[in-house]
Amino acid sequence: MLNDFLYLMNAELLVTIIIFILLFLKLSNEEWKNEGLLNFINFLLFINLAAGFFYIPKGVLFGDMFYTSELITFEKNLLNLGTLIISLQSYDWLKNHKHVPEFYMLLLSTLLGMFFMISSNNLLMFYLGLELSTIPLAALSNFDLDRRRSSEAAFKMIMSSAFSSGLLLFGISMLYGTTGTLNYIGLKTHLTGNPLQVFSFILLLAGFAFKISAVPFHLWTADVYEGSPVAVTSYLSVISKGAILFVMVSVFYNVFTPLAERWYNMIFLISVATMIIGNLFALRQQNMKRFLAFSSIAQIGFILVGFSSQSVEGSSSVIFFILIYIFSNLGAFGVISLVSAITGKEDMNDYKGFYKTNKVLSWVFAISLFSLAGIPPMAGFFGKFFLLFAGAGKGNYSLIVIAALNMVVSLYYYLKVIKFMFMDANEHPIEKIKTHWQPKIAMGICVGGILITGIASGAYNYIHSLLK
Amino acid sequence: MNLSLLAILPLVTAIMIILLKGTKSVRIISLISSTLQLLLAFALLYFYWNERAMGDSAPMLFEDNYTWYAPLHINYHVGVDGISIAMILLTAFVVLAGVLVSWNIGQLNKEFFFLLLLLSVGAYGFFISIDLFTLFFFLEIAVIPKFLLIGIWGSGKKEYSAMKLALMLMAGSALVFVGLIGLYLNTNAGNGQHTFDILQIAQMNIPLPAQKLFFPFAFVGFGIFGALFPFHTWVPDGHSSAPTAASMFLAGISMKLGGYGCLRVATYLMPDAAHQYSWIIIVLASIAILYGAFATMMQTDLKYINAYSSVSHCGFVLLGIGMLTKTAITGAVMQMVSHGLMTALFFAGIGMIYDRTHTRQLSQLGGLLKIMPFISTVFVIAGLCSLGLPGFSGFVAEVTVFMGGWSRADNFYRIATIIACASIVVTAVYILRAVGKAIMGPLASNDYSLLTDAKWNEKWAAALLVIGIVAIGIAPFWLNDLVTPATETIINKISAIIK
Repeated sequence: MLNDFLYLMNAELLVTIIIFILLFLKLSNEEWKNEGLLNFINFLLFINLAAGFFYIPKGVLFGDMFYTSELITFEKNLLNLGTLIISLQSYDWLKNHKHVPEFYMLLLSTLLGMFFMISSNNLLMFYLGLELSTIPLAALSNFDLDRRRSSEAAFKMIMSSAFSSGLLLFGISMLYGTTGTLNYIGLKTHLTGNPLQVFSFILLLAGFAFKISAVPFHLWTADVYEGSPVAVTSYLSVISKGAILFVMVSVFYNVFTPLAERWYNMIFLISVATMIIGNLFALRQQNMKRFLAFSSIAQIGFILVGFSSQSVEGSSSVIFFILIYIFSNLGAFGVISLVSAITGKEDMNDYKGFYKTNKVLSWVFAISLFSLAGIPPMAGFFGKFFLLFAGAGKGNYSLIVIAALNMVVSLYYYLKVIKFMFMDANEHPIEKIKTHWQPKIAMGICVGGILITGIASGAYNYIHSLLK
Repeated sequence: MNLSLLAILPLVTAIMIILLKGTKSVRIISLISSTLQLLLAFALLYFYWNERAMGDSAPMLFEDNYTWYAPLHINYHVGVDGISIAMILLTAFVVLAGVLVSWNIGQLNKEFFFLLLLLSVGAYGFFISIDLFTLFFFLEIAVIPKFLLIGIWGSGKKEYSAMKLALMLMAGSALVFVGLIGLYLNTNAGNGQHTFDILQIAQMNIPLPAQKLFFPFAFVGFGIFGALFPFHTWVPDGHSSAPTAASMFLAGISMKLGGYGCLRVATYLMPDAAHQYSWIIIVLASIAILYGAFATMMQTDLKYINAYSSVSHCGFVLLGIGMLTKTAITGAVMQMVSHGLMTALFFAGIGMIYDRTHTRQLSQLGGLLKIMPFISTVFVIAGLCSLGLPGFSGFVAEVTVFMGGWSRADNFYRIATIIACASIVVTAVYILRAVGKAIMGPLASNDYSLLTDAKWNEKWAAALLVIGIVAIGIAPFWLNDLVTPATETIINKISAIIK
C-alpha cells in the first residue's frame, strides 16, 4: 500500500516536498538573498520536471478516487514544464520582491491542486483539486502588493471563482441525486440523458466554461489579467486553462458519452461565440495584457472546435495544442513580463520601434505571435490545423468556415503588434533590455518548442498513441 | 535528383544569414545561394528531360514520400511534372534577379535577404509538393515575409498595403484550407481511410456534391493569390508599396502560386465542378482582363501601371484555366512563366528609375533614354513584351491561350476570347503612353542630367530576365514540350467529362 502510494503519487509528492522545503526556508531565521533563493527554487523545479520523465506510474488509489496513467503523467509533465518556464521568466520581477518563498508556495499549491484534478476519478476529488488550485491563485493575483489594480483583480477572481464553483457543486449534487454515484465509471453507466441530468450537466459545463473563460462566462478574464502581475497572468492563461482542458477532455470524452449528442451542440455554440467575441474585443485593446487576455479567449474558441469533434483526433489535437500554447503564449508573455519588470511599460504604443533597440526580444515576440496566429513553420500552424481538421471530422463544415475566417481576423491584431514593433517609429522606444540568463533560457525553450514541435511530428504522434 | 534540395538550399542560406555579420558577406552568400538555385533548377530540367527521353511516363518524377503525421495520413510528398519545372525555373530566375537588384539595400540588409530567401523556400516548396498538406504549409510560409518586406522596406502607404495584402492572402488561404479539408474528408483510399495525396486523389472520383461545394473554396482561395476579380484589390496597393525585389517577387512568383493552385488543386482534383463552374471563371477572368486594362490607362504612377496590368495579364491565366482545353491550359502555364519574367523585369526597371529620379509619377519623368540608355532599353523591352509583341514571351503565351479558347466551339467561349483579344489594344495604349512619356521626349528636369546608368548588378539582373523572355519568345517549343504532357494528364480527366 505504501509502495503504491509512493509510486503512483510521485508527481504530487515531489511538489509537496518542494512546498515543505520552502516552508522551512521561510521559517528559519536566516535572511535569504533573493538571487540565491530563485536559483535554488528554479533548480528544484527543474528536478521536478525531469523526475516526471523517469517513472511513469499507472494505477488507482484510495478506492478509485485517484488514478494515473501514461497520458496523465504526460499532462502533468506539461504543467511542470509551463511552471518552470514561468518561474524562469519572472526572475527579474521576483528579484526585488519581498515574499519570494510565499509566491512559490502558493504557486506550487495551485499546481498540486491541478495534479489532483487531472488525476481525479471522482467528481468530489475533482472538486477538491479545483478548489485547491483556485484559492491560492486569487492570492497570487494580489501579489503586486502595493498596486491597487492587483487587489481588485484578486477580488474579482475570488468572486467569480466562487460563483463558478457554486454552479459546479450544484451540478455535481444533482448528478449525484439522479445517478447515485460520483465515480466516473459509475456515472457513465447511470447516465440516461433525462432532463434533470441534462440540466445538471449544463451547470457543470458552465462551471468549466467559467474556468477556461469561454463566452459568455469570460467577463472576469480581462480585468483579472490586467491587474495581476504578469507571471500570474501567464500562469492563469496557460497552466490553469490547460489543466481544466485536460480534465474536460477526459471527463467529456469518457464520462458524458451518453450525452454526446447534446454536448456537441452546446460546445458548438460556445466555441463560435467565443471565437467571434474574443476576436472582436481583442481588436481594440491597447494594454498588452488585456490584448493577450482576449486573444487567449479567442484561442479557447479554436480549442473548442477541435474539442467538439468527439474523436481521438479531437482529444489529441486539444492536448497537442495546449503543448504548443504553452510555448507560444509563454513566449509572448515572457517578453511582456521582462519589459514590464524592467521598464514598467505595458501599453501597446510603448512597443513602437521596439525592434530598433531590442532585436532578439522582438523576434522572440514575433515568433510567438506568429505561432499564436497559426503561421507556418511555427508550431501554432500545426496546432490550429489539427484542431480545425478534427472539428471538421463530424462533417460540420460551417464550423470550419467560421473558424477559418476567424483566424484571418485574429491575424489582424497579431500583425498590428508586429507592425508596431518593426515598422513604426518612436522617439522614445523602450531602451535596450539587459536580462539575466534564466529568462533567456526560458525564451530559448519557448522559441525552440515553437520551431520544433510542429515540424517534428513526434509529439503529436506520441499523444495520439496515448489516447488510442 | 533530390527535390527537397530546392527548398533546403534557400532555408540553409537563410539560417546562415542570421549567423553572419556584415553587409557584404550577407549579400555575397545570398548571391551564391541564388545562383546555385538557378543551376539546380537547370539541372532539374536536364534530368527531367533525360528521364522522359528514357521513356519514363509517370505523371510525377523524382518523387520522395516520407510519412509526416501518420495518424492523420499526412505525408511529406514531393514530385515534379513539366508544369512544376516551368514554375521552378521561373522562381529561380526571379530570385536571382531579385537578389541582384537589392544589392545596395542599406537598411537592415540581413533581415531583408533573410525574408527574401524565406519567401523562396515557400515558393519552391509549394511547386514541388504533391501532398495537399505540404502544399498548404508552403503556401502559408510565403505570406508573412511579404508583409514584413512591404511594411519595413516599402514606400508610400506601406503599412496599409502590407496589412491589406497579408489579410487578403490569409483569407485566401483560409478558403483554401476549407477546400482542402473538404476534399480530404471526401476521399476514399479504401477502408474508410482518407488521403491528402494529390496523385491518389486524382485517381479517385470525388462525389459531385462535394466537388460542387468545395471547388469554389479552393478556386477562390487560390484565386485571391492569383488576382481573381473581384479579389484583386491587394495587387495594386501591395505591388506599388513594396520595395523593388519584393514587387518582383510578388508579381513574378507569388501570384503564380495562385494560378498554379487553381490548376493543380482545384481543376485537377475536382474536374466535374471545374467543368460546371467554368463559365463563372471565364466571366470573372474576362472582367479582370478588361477592367485591369482600362484601370491601367488611368494610372499615372509607374508601379500602379504595372500592378494593374498584372491584374489584366493574370486574367489570361485564369481564362486559360477556365477554357479547359489542352491548348488553353498550356497557354495559361506559359502565360504564368512569361508574365512572371516580364513583370519582374518591368518592376526591376521601374525600381532602377525610381532609385535615381526618386519619382514614379509619369508627369515628372521624360527623356530618360538620353541619360540612362540601358535602363530605358530594359523598360522598353518589358513594355513590348507586355503588349504582346512577337519575339517576346508575352505574344507566345497569349496567342496560345486565345487559340485554346477559340477551339471551344461555342459562342460563349469565343466571345470571351474576342473580349480578351480586344484588351491587347488597350494594353498597347497604356504601354506606349508610359514608354513614350518616360523614355522619349525632352528631359523632364535638368537635375536628371547628372544621373547615372545601371550598375553591374542591375545589368545582370535585367539581362537574366531578358534572356528568359527572349528564349521563350523565339523558341517557345521547349516550354511547350515541357508543359504539354503535364497538361495532358490534367485535361484527360476533364475531357472525359465534357464528352
